[in-house]
Amino acid sequence: MRYSPELEDRFQRLVTIYPWRRSALVPMLLYAQDEVGYITDEVVEDIAERLELTPLEVRNVISYYSLLRTRPAGKYVVQVCTNISCLVTGAEDVLETCKERLGVEEKEVTSDGKFSVEEVECIGACSWAPAVQVNYDFHLNVTPEKVDSMLNSYRGGAKA
Amino acid sequence: MKTRYTPTPLASHPDEVRIISKRFGQGAQDIDQYIRLDGYKAARKALEMQPDDIINEVKASSLRGRGGAGFATGMKWSFIPKQSQADKYILVNGDESEPATCKDRLLVEYDPHAVIEGTIIAGLAVGAKLGFLYLRGEYRYLLEILEKAVDDAYSKGFLGKNIFGSNREFDIITQTGAGAYEVGEESALMESLEGKRGIPRLKPPFPAIKGLYGGPTVINNVETIASVPPIIINGGKWYASFGPEKNGGTRLTCLSGHFNKPGVYELPLGYPAKKMIYDVGGGIPNGRTLKALVPGGSSTFLLNREEAESASMDYDWFAKRGEFLGSGGVVAVDDQTCMVKFALRIIKFYQHESCGWCIPCREGTDWIKKTLTRFHAGAGMEKDIDQVYYLANNMAGRTFCALGDAAAFPTMSIIKKWRSEFEDHLNGKPCPFEKNVREMALV
Repeated sequence: MRYSPELEDRFQRLVTIYPWRRSALVPMLLYAQDEVGYITDEVVEDIAERLELTPLEVRNVISYYSLLRTRPAGKYVVQVCTNISCLVTGAEDVLETCKERLGVEEKEVTSDGKFSVEEVECIGACSWAPAVQVNYDFHLNVTPEKVDSMLNSYRGGAKA
Repeated sequence: MKTRYTPTPLASHPDEVRIISKRFGQGAQDIDQYIRLDGYKAARKALEMQPDDIINEVKASSLRGRGGAGFATGMKWSFIPKQSQADKYILVNGDESEPATCKDRLLVEYDPHAVIEGTIIAGLAVGAKLGFLYLRGEYRYLLEILEKAVDDAYSKGFLGKNIFGSNREFDIITQTGAGAYEVGEESALMESLEGKRGIPRLKPPFPAIKGLYGGPTVINNVETIASVPPIIINGGKWYASFGPEKNGGTRLTCLSGHFNKPGVYELPLGYPAKKMIYDVGGGIPNGRTLKALVPGGSSTFLLNREEAESASMDYDWFAKRGEFLGSGGVVAVDDQTCMVKFALRIIKFYQHESCGWCIPCREGTDWIKKTLTRFHAGAGMEKDIDQVYYLANNMAGRTFCALGDAAAFPTMSIIKKWRSEFEDHLNGKPCPFEKNVREMALV
């Protein structure tokens, strides 16, 4: 498995810093996913080998964490929080608007592979609700009216 | 993957007592600026102190765990054995996942060195040489801020083999999670840091005796740890004086939901909830009235308006009622909100986050969710109301970890206090607050 030199460096460091090597597993999976797009069979086997684990042990961990995915998602994953603080401030309308504008349902990917939409649990931005995360970027106080400009800012070439 | 960083908005109110938020918005991410603003003075002072004196100062402050459980921090530190064959560790819990809680992010974003400094002091107090700062996976931009702060502290010689030229050592490793509420529970957090599924451990042994990698481990919330440096500088008594007895200091209070002025405010413990709602939070928008208040994250018992207006925001006011102050996440709910739906959204969260390890939680949360989903959609039966209460009541206190309690308490309090709203959904009547009941995807 070939990663970017940056990620390779990070992996080299991660496998040495902990008292137990296995502690590097969750960060390695997440960083690999960031680069590859999702956790492929190849990634599983590679990380298992680096940490002296079996692929099954790695899969067992992957299935526990909701940020880790073994199937492709859009290049930009639009994650709309609908937990209580966001719910009472209009998050459902934000979620509906995102789905409508992108023409996809929950966890579907747009035909150009650019976006997918997910309803997510609390992302810790409650005082600035409703909140949306696109990949790791936070968007605060999002309203249905702001959805278009938020999405456009991820469309290369299109005006934000 | 590049993250776009937009600073999180800051709020302010004249009643705030700014102890841990005093450097917010002052560029303290920069280590030199942090030092100019009295940074790393407490760590230097702690290096001159005996470990027991550090612990006694923290005991005198009556600082209690800000993650939600409210356990006395100095007491927790004192449980760590002085002599230990296994290495000891400090584990800082920045998994911040309790719905409505958004305070640790501000500390890491605006004052990351305070978290590092508090961790060093905890290490000196208990004799640990390695600390972990664990942040939830969603907080990638904060991890980047924190990693830079840790690197800068190493460059200055504040971390490493010879901290502050004292010949003593302390290292810090930053860690990211990957999306799991359960990992905020201390034993599940250790499992996660060991590269496993975040399943809670059986206690005892408690982490202070056998924790991370089998060694004695102190686990503190980010806000708790950030409160330590000012206590060391100004003394435990000084810190304790801001709140009622046994409820020392201040806490970051996250106002969200139906407030005119939502935001994170640093308020002294024991602050009157009425002033918090109507003065600090600016009251309820759109001329509506307060129906319910979530006092400290979605796992706490909800208060009705009358209770909320007479509450005091300290651990013991709630403890006397058999309830909890919680995590600092306060949600105002106005009179146009459907409490059945609110209960449903809360249980959906806990059902989604239940690790499935123990049966009462796995089955209880699932059955309550299924029943309330049907109920809110207009197909409820009268017996469902008692059935949901019965399920919740049977989860409370009977699960492997506190997640079952967290799911049970709000559910029980909503049924008790707003039973009539459940009855209003019976006999095929549509939800009085919502014309088209939409199904949420997280079913």
